[in-house]
Amino acid sequence: MVGIVIVSHSWKIAEGVCDLAHEMAQGHEGIIPAGGLEDGSIGTDAQRIADAIVEADTGDGVVILADIGSSIMSAETAIELLEDEGNNINVVIADAPIVEGTVCAVVEAAGGGSVDSVLKSAEESREASKL
Amino acid sequence: MASEIYECLSKIAGIISENKDFLTELDREIGDSDHGINLARGFSAVMEKVNPEDADIGATLKKSGMTLLSKVGGASGPLYGTAYMEAGKVLAGKTELDAEGLKSAFEAAIAGIQKRGKAVKGEKTMLDAIIPAYETYSQKLSDGADMITALEAACNSAREGVEYTKTIIATKGRASYLGERSIGHQDPGATSSTLMLEAVLDVLKGK
Ligand SMILES: Nc1ncnc2c1ncn2[C@@H]1O[C@H](COP(=O)(O)OP(=O)(O)OP(=O)(O)O)[C@@H](O)[C@H]1O
Ligand SMILES: [Mg+2]
Repeated sequence: MVGIVIVSHSWKIAEGVCDLAHEMAQGHEGIIPAGGLEDGSIGTDAQRIADAIVEADTGDGVVILADIGSSIMSAETAIELLEDEGNNINVVIADAPIVEGTVCAVVEAAGGGSVDSVLKSAEESREASKL
Repeated sequence: MASEIYECLSKIAGIISENKDFLTELDREIGDSDHGINLARGFSAVMEKVNPEDADIGATLKKSGMTLLSKVGGASGPLYGTAYMEAGKVLAGKTELDAEGLKSAFEAAIAGIQKRGKAVKGEKTMLDAIIPAYETYSQKLSDGADMITALEAACNSAREGVEYTKTIIATKGRASYLGERSIGHQDPGATSSTLMLEAVLDVLKGK
């Protein structure tokens, strides 16, 4: 099953989004938060994200959902750190809102979708109108 | 006696810590009030990782960059982290900075920042201090100047770059949310990178 990593500046957001996603995840266990810094402060930590990617991967690859600002830069850095270590997990970053994107991604992943289809579902959430 | 790279890092850490509140105040005006706090946390973690005996500049910069990636927390973490790691790659095995080594480290650092942040000159970022500093440094070397003279001139260009950031609109990073309202304020990252160059100059001059 494709793993999902939730990157946020805030660990509360990352864990909260994971909790929300678990409700629709049908037992999918590879939804891993990577929020804040080790000491709990607000920020992003490439090493923490790299560890979460490894934890989320079961061999089918990982899709990252990220919030604002340096989340994307740190996620890209994490992917490079893993590549430098010779770790070739198939990881992609979704260009999607973190809450809506995660829910869509998790449903697709739990249904057995590939990295490409999970990414597509996450990114399609951008188009969904709320009103 | 401490190695050259250790002295540089410890000087940088000291200057960042002295300017912590100033950098945070700059970031309060056009960002999220954390630049000084971020860098002070990052460099104090670096100082816990490095030792006065660490002589290999490349390996020490790599270790420092890895620490910055994870401990700074803001955009400047992956940006400076990548810069230090890329500079470390070109200085692998060296124990003393020379004029050409510093030039290629400069180039690698800028390329790393641009790979990570996809910004160019004129977007009100750290690059507006670092790129002019590099250009001046390499021009001075081709004119026959020695490393210290060239780096002194580079620091002047970096300071001019910081002044220039007051006149432009931010189009990258948090400050870009402010649009026109970012005019009139100097960029925190341009300021911190100038402080880092000044710290290195200080160490090289003192030798
Ligand atoms: N894309 C970029 N390229 C180069 N420099 C950048 C870029 N984005 C931001 N910066 C620099 O980073 C500085 C801000 O660093 P800081 O550590 O405060 O990050 P931040 O904006 O708070 O990060 P975050 O996105 O996590 O909130 C800016 O002043 C600017 O010089
Ligand atoms: Mg900031």
